[in-house]
Amino acid sequence: MKISNEKKLELFYEMLRIRRVQERIEALYMNDEMKTPVHLCIGQEAISVGFCSLLQKEDYISSNHRGHGHYLAKGGDLNALIAELHCKTGGCSKGFGGSMHLIDVSVGHLGSSAIVGGGIPIGTGLGLSSKMKGSKNVSMIFFGDGAADEGVLYESLNFAMLKKLPVIYVLENNQWSVCSHVSARKAGENIFHKAPSDLLFSSKIDGNDILSVYEIAKQVVERARNGFGPSFIECETYRILGHAGSLSQDPKGYRDQEEIEQWKKKCPVINFQTILIQDQILTTSILSEMEQRISYEIDVAFSNAKESPLPTKEDLYTYIFCE
Amino acid sequence: MPWSKIKPIENEPDFCSEKIKDCRRISYHEAVREGVYQALEQDPNVFVMGQGVDDPSGMFGATKNLHQKFGKERVFDTPLAETALTGMAVGAALGGMRPIYFHNRPDFLYLAMDQIVNHASKWYFMFGGKVSVPLVIWTCIGRGWGSAAQHSQALQGLFMHIPGIKLVMPSTCFDAKGLMLSAVKDNNPVIIMDHRFNFKQNGIVPDYMYTVPIGKGIIRKNGRDVTVIAVSHLVTDSFYVAQELMSEKIDVEVIDPRTLRPLDEEIILESVAKTGRVVIVDNGWKTAGVTAEISAMIVEKAFKFLKAPIGRVACPDLPTPAGYTLEDAYYIGKPEIKEAILKVYSYRG
Repeated sequence: MKISNEKKLELFYEMLRIRRVQERIEALYMNDEMKTPVHLCIGQEAISVGFCSLLQKEDYISSNHRGHGHYLAKGGDLNALIAELHCKTGGCSKGFGGSMHLIDVSVGHLGSSAIVGGGIPIGTGLGLSSKMKGSKNVSMIFFGDGAADEGVLYESLNFAMLKKLPVIYVLENNQWSVCSHVSARKAGENIFHKAPSDLLFSSKIDGNDILSVYEIAKQVVERARNGFGPSFIECETYRILGHAGSLSQDPKGYRDQEEIEQWKKKCPVINFQTILIQDQILTTSILSEMEQRISYEIDVAFSNAKESPLPTKEDLYTYIFCE
Repeated sequence: MPWSKIKPIENEPDFCSEKIKDCRRISYHEAVREGVYQALEQDPNVFVMGQGVDDPSGMFGATKNLHQKFGKERVFDTPLAETALTGMAVGAALGGMRPIYFHNRPDFLYLAMDQIVNHASKWYFMFGGKVSVPLVIWTCIGRGWGSAAQHSQALQGLFMHIPGIKLVMPSTCFDAKGLMLSAVKDNNPVIIMDHRFNFKQNGIVPDYMYTVPIGKGIIRKNGRDVTVIAVSHLVTDSFYVAQELMSEKIDVEVIDPRTLRPLDEEIILESVAKTGRVVIVDNGWKTAGVTAEISAMIVEKAFKFLKAPIGRVACPDLPTPAGYTLEDAYYIGKPEIKEAILKVYSYRG
């Protein structure tokens, strides 16, 4: 598939931006100004960027506890994200949600669940709403290998296949659920790879290769948009940091350092950067311009977050029921 | 004859609060169905889902043949997958639809608890009011004919505990329709916990669309000696007991809260201030249930008016037995309500 140089630079920029945002959060996390459990997605950026780059603003995504990347890739507001991590009223959930409950209605992100697997049926239902309304919007669901352990995935996929819903199930297999390796939880391949292809398009890809992700995303989004039903894409990737918090908070001893080092060599951001430089698509000056732009944007977001007021006792009972 | 074949034969008692006369009487299932029908007709975003909503019996008649009128796209049978289908309804609601998800028994809601409690109930609060989930979950408590422990649970106490859910328990045909329409119109998750015994009734139901407000109770009979707060079909039982006691010169006030969350505390507290004697009647379990919560609320807010300990009539803290002799021993009804009223009435501290 031919991908234009502009598109490649765009994909790289989005990945770099998510990476830098995550790094900044990680670096400042121990200052204890972000009093919410952050689940960083360093090493998994290609998946959210590759898939979301094919979506329209009106398309839906369903995210999870490790959702900063999905939120940003779909176009969620950075200032509102950082303010939410600071539990401020300027946050996307006004300080009621925290890091695991991000939302940006204006870009089709209707809220992320921190119950592993919880967002899967909700994203399926968003697909159903599109179909019932006769709109062309698709729904894309991001979930991890832990969520793939849950029975609700089976229930949801069955329904999506039954009703030919415009839903794309994106499994980010990052190998680890907290400190449990996928091999301790999974007997063989995900069963959905064996589904009849007319009911479900399925594929297993290298989730750290942005171009592979982009290529498959283009296929499945078109399939969903044109009424051919759901897809299930398993993306092999790796959680470079610990389950939650900063690097220093990752408990030692459950995985080998060597394993982490091997996966760092497959870094989606650095590897794509190397390719783009080799191919003379990315120059050092473009790169430094990108870095400056991102760095400035993050500075502004953190400074805005600090200035945003905290919710108060008076706000506590504001959202009991919707009028 | 199994209870599922019970036809509506009894008329609802002529509650003093019924204002509408010269109006037709229809059966309870027709009332629920009319509410759903008019909601479907009114708003193209409303749809009906659930196991068996399009089968010949149509959810005790409540959804019967709606699929023929509104099509299989808007009235559809579902897989037996309560967790995912509830989440799917949440997602559809977030996408602008107004789903009504029917379950023929509350027992199956246990399978959907993650989506009801972790998701639907919290979405509005958790995202700072950015989105809400207009979802109706309808379910019907079973009783009798050996239904046993997994087909007869009255789970209102459990759901009353959860912030973010509105919990509705109608007792008349009029309310069954009006509360259904209110629930569909509401922008929040609403559980309608109905009861099979309600389906025996006929009642006055206007044919036009109307709503009964969620969160507003109603006095079914005025009285000054004892306040009885009863839910669902036990309102009717309590009303008959109250009428019987008139001959003994005991004047019982019967309150039907209609909604357990939000609870109309005002109507209860005003009555308690008048009578000072209270009996609470619920078909759920006693411990940490509806009677416990309403008692605690009264003690907290109207202690100075109480002239006797609060009487509670609820099902024992046991799974429901199957055999009919055991069912007789397990369930509560008019005799237990009467006994509790007399005890509270005659108490002199």
